[in-house]
Amino acid sequence: MVENNKTKGRRIGIVNYGAGNIFSLTAALERQAISYEMISSPDDFEQYDHYIIPGVGHAGAAMQKLTESGMVDKIKSTAKPVLGICVGMQLLTEFSEEGNAELLGITPLKTRHFTDDLKIKVPHTGWNKVCIQFDNELFKDINNGAYFYFVHSYFIEFNSTFTLAFAEYGLKFSAAVKKDNFYGVQFHPEKSGEAGEQILKNFSEL
Amino acid sequence: MNDLRKYITSASPDGESAGQLQNKRSGGLAKRIIPCLDVKDGRTVKGVNFVDLRDAGDPVELAWQYSRQGADELVFLDITATHERRKTMAELVKAVARQVNIPFTIGGGINEIADADILLNSGADKISINSAAVRNPLLVNELAAAFGKQFVVVAVDTKFVNGRNLVHLNGGRIPTGIETENWIREVEDRGAGEILLTSMDHDGTKGGFDNILLKKINDSISIPLIASGGAGTVQHFIDVFQKTNVDAALAASVFHYGEILIPSLKERLREQHIEVRL
Repeated sequence: MVENNKTKGRRIGIVNYGAGNIFSLTAALERQAISYEMISSPDDFEQYDHYIIPGVGHAGAAMQKLTESGMVDKIKSTAKPVLGICVGMQLLTEFSEEGNAELLGITPLKTRHFTDDLKIKVPHTGWNKVCIQFDNELFKDINNGAYFYFVHSYFIEFNSTFTLAFAEYGLKFSAAVKKDNFYGVQFHPEKSGEAGEQILKNFSEL
Repeated sequence: MNDLRKYITSASPDGESAGQLQNKRSGGLAKRIIPCLDVKDGRTVKGVNFVDLRDAGDPVELAWQYSRQGADELVFLDITATHERRKTMAELVKAVARQVNIPFTIGGGINEIADADILLNSGADKISINSAAVRNPLLVNELAAAFGKQFVVVAVDTKFVNGRNLVHLNGGRIPTGIETENWIREVEDRGAGEILLTSMDHDGTKGGFDNILLKKINDSISIPLIASGGAGTVQHFIDVFQKTNVDAALAASVFHYGEILIPSLKERLREQHIEVRL
C-alpha cells in the first residue's frame, strides 16, 4: 500500500478483512499525513504500532469475515492501541443483536438495535452532539459537545465504566468506548470534519 | 412518531416553542444543511458566485469551500449523458473523497448495482436514485441488501396535479400516476435509508419549501427526510424545520450565488432554538 512521504506519528496497520469500503478512511489519514498500511494476513500483524479496525454493514457478517482473516487472536492479545470505527467498534463488544452474533468480547458490553418504542428515525443519520465522560488523550483538543457524523442502526449501550463519550438519540448510548488499549468510536471520524480529523491524529499519537 | 407530534401540537400552539420541544426530543442530532451541486462531464454547471473561488466549475474546490463554510453534507447530481459518465463520476467521487471531510451523496444515472458499487468504492457515502427506482422498484431492495440501507437515498420529484401529489420523472416533465405519499412509503418498505423530496411546484420559485406536504410525509415515515425545492430566504429554512421537523434542508442557487451564507444561516437557526452544528 501507499507509504506517504510526509508521515508523522507511528505506523498504523488497518485490519483489512473485507468489511466495506475504506477509501474515505485512508483519504482522511493521508490528509493528516498519518502513515498507514493494510494488514491482510496475521503474519504481518506484529510489525505495526497501532491498529484500526474499520467496518461498514452487518456486524454478524463482519465478525465472520474477521474470523476468516485469522486475525482475531492477534487483535485480542495485543497491548498496542486499537481503534474500532463504527461496526469495527461494535466488534469489540460481546454480542450484537444484528444477526445475534457473538463478537470479540473485549469490552463487556452489548450492541443493541434502536427499537421502535424510542420514537426515533432509524438509521441514526447525521451530526450528533458528543459529550465526553472521561478526560482522555483520544479527545485531546476536542470540545465537549462537539458534533460528529453518525450512520448506524445499532448502538453500544451506555456503561459508566467503559463509555468514554456518549451521545443521546432516543436514549443515551456509547459514542466512544475504552478498555485498556482498546478504543472504539461509533461515529465516522473520517467524515466528521475537523473534530474527526483530530480524533485520528490523537489516536495516531497515543 | 405520531404520539410525539400530538404532544408537540397540544403543548405548543406556536411554531417557536414547537421547535424547542422537537429540539429537546432530538437529543443532540443536528438539522442538516445540504448544498446541491449539478455536475456535467465532471464540471459543475450552474454558476457559482463565491468571491474567493479560483475555478467555479471545479466540483472538488466547491465541495471543499462548502465544507469549510459549515455545510453538513453535499449532494452531487450528475447530469452527464455520455457513455463515459461512469468513469468520469468515479474519478470525481475519488477526488472529492480525498479532499473533503464531510459526507456526500451522488445521484444521477445509477441504474444497477454495478453503478453503485463503483461509487461506493470510490468513496461516496450514499447514492441517490430517482427514476431508476420508479422504473424498477426492486432496485431499491437490491441496493439496500448489497450495501446497507444507509447507503440508499431515494429522490422523489413531486408535483400537485388535480388535487393529488404525484411522482414525476425527468425533472418534473413526465408525470406518473403514482401518489407521492404511497411511493415514499413503498420505498421505505423496500429498504430506502433516506428520502430526498423535491417539490417541483416550489423548485426555482424561492417562495419557501412545501411545508404542508413535507410535514405530512415526515409524519408518515421513520427514515430521515431531506426537504428540497423553494428555498429563497433564511426564514424559509426556519419555517421548514419548525413546521415540518424534517431532518435536513437542501438548496442550490441561494448558496451558490451567496444569497444565503451557511454560517449566518446556522446562527439564525440556532437563535430559533433549532439544533445545528456550528
